[in-house]
Amino acid sequence: MEWLSLEFMQRAILAALITGVMAPAIGTYIVQRRLSLLGDGLGHLAVAGVGLALLTGTAPLPLAIVVCVAGAIAIELLREAGRAQGDVGLAILFYGGLSGGLLLAGLAGQGAGTLAGYLFGSLLTVGAPDLWVIAVLGLVVLVVSIGLMPQLFAVSADEPFARTIGLPVRVLNILVVALAAITVTVSMRTVGLLLVSALMVVPVSTANQVVTGFRRGMFAAMGVGAVAAVSGTIGSYYLDTAPGALIVVIAILLFAASWPLSRLLQGDSTAPRQVGSPDDEATRQKVPEEHPHVHGPNCGHRAVEHAGHVDYVHDGHRHAAHEDHYDEH
Amino acid sequence: MTNPPAAPPAIRAAGLDVALSGVPIVRGVDLEVAAGEAVAILGNNGSGKTTLMRAVLGLTAHRGLVELFGTPLDRFRDWARVGYVPQRSGILVQQATAREVVASGRLGRRRAFRPETAADKAAILDSLDAVALAERAGDRFARLSGGQQQRVLIARALASQADLMVWDEPLAGVDHVTQSLLAGVAENLKARGTTIVMVLHEIGPFASVLDRAVLVRDGRIGPHVPHPAHRHGGHESDDLADNPAVTGLEAV
Repeated sequence: MEWLSLEFMQRAILAALITGVMAPAIGTYIVQRRLSLLGDGLGHLAVAGVGLALLTGTAPLPLAIVVCVAGAIAIELLREAGRAQGDVGLAILFYGGLSGGLLLAGLAGQGAGTLAGYLFGSLLTVGAPDLWVIAVLGLVVLVVSIGLMPQLFAVSADEPFARTIGLPVRVLNILVVALAAITVTVSMRTVGLLLVSALMVVPVSTANQVVTGFRRGMFAAMGVGAVAAVSGTIGSYYLDTAPGALIVVIAILLFAASWPLSRLLQGDSTAPRQVGSPDDEATRQKVPEEHPHVHGPNCGHRAVEHAGHVDYVHDGHRHAAHEDHYDEH
Repeated sequence: MTNPPAAPPAIRAAGLDVALSGVPIVRGVDLEVAAGEAVAILGNNGSGKTTLMRAVLGLTAHRGLVELFGTPLDRFRDWARVGYVPQRSGILVQQATAREVVASGRLGRRRAFRPETAADKAAILDSLDAVALAERAGDRFARLSGGQQQRVLIARALASQADLMVWDEPLAGVDHVTQSLLAGVAENLKARGTTIVMVLHEIGPFASVLDRAVLVRDGRIGPHVPHPAHRHGGHESDDLADNPAVTGLEAV
């Protein structure tokens, strides 16, 4: 436990804890809108800010935040105007950011080695002033993500409805991407810019395997993120690797572990499960498809209890045995 | 509860034009829905009825006049009075529960950064109850059947306790039990004086609730169809469906 007394490790672990909690919080909204790769692109953009800071000799974190947030707002305004479904525009912006950052760093006489500390995280480089910036911005992201949960959920789930209920949809949309940009940038010393997106997405998917509900899912994801970030940071001290790599590997292992756990929680997947009452759309017709086997408890198709008999889920519809054929329910 | 005669119409549109990507979808529509009235907007796929309602709610750019409750759309702020049920397909919900979806309906009446009040909680529960889904409140929305999802979206609009309901194709992919349940919900709303506008393919179970139907054909409003048994009670339920203008539409 020698790492506990090392000041740089204390700072790194605190920074990782903040990142591990805030990334899934904002990530929950990003995943909800099916923008899982947005964080990755924002990470590319932040590299330009880092390169600019290296060239001008200023602190990288504030400049990267400014560049990344400005880029994120531009992306959202483009999306709103309906121009950014052409994802080519986004690709150009993102790769422009990455290549521009590398170029600026090179001009500053810093090689890819210096940048690697920002791309994949670096334990030694979380300075005391950085930690303050991370803590304050982490708090902002958490207060907004949790405090505005109903509003941000409504906008992510159903934008037209959110408009007709009078929510300031544009402001809320910009808020989500700006907070995502802040999260990405703040995480550059812990998970790193190229891997932070994983911490915004993977814990959210993990939580969705085991808990039901948007709110509970978000809090569970924050817990999963914190565990992955802190254990990955400590582990990387012993393994002497970039912390980002281990953090993301641990997050993915937790996701893999959540699969059998979700099966356990939902009961045996082949056991009959009540999914609908007779009021479900039950259109009964003969099924013309070939059936190489007779549906049964062990045929691999999910069994579903339906109006007093058992249907078997088959290619997205339900089969019920009826004399020599299957009715489609 | 009837509105005083001086109440402005819930919806007034005049000379309304909507073009999507340069293609005219709604053309010169005049539409007025009085407070407390129940009106069906009928038409075929692609006739422009959904776009018409989206324009009335300010969801799509338009030319011409739109007023809600007597206020021009660009100055209208009283959105808590509007309960919108969009088509089910546009909703992105993965893990949220039915209750969480319905709770969104309260946001027009809630302040930011404040928890749900007792009134919010009661309205959410009552709305789920009204569509007979109280015991599915904790289930994932995405795992419900199509008919149940439709009921959740109706409950979300009910939770706002709006004066004007706009339902877009509430019968799409919905079984008969749900259809009659939704007709009951609409009847209760009407009895409370709520204005109801529904985009429909066919009148079906709503015949007894509706005062009249408006036909949309190719972006224009066709002949108005007055409900023959308007507010006389009794034998009204099948009259509208027998109207040649309405039944003719289904045959097209």
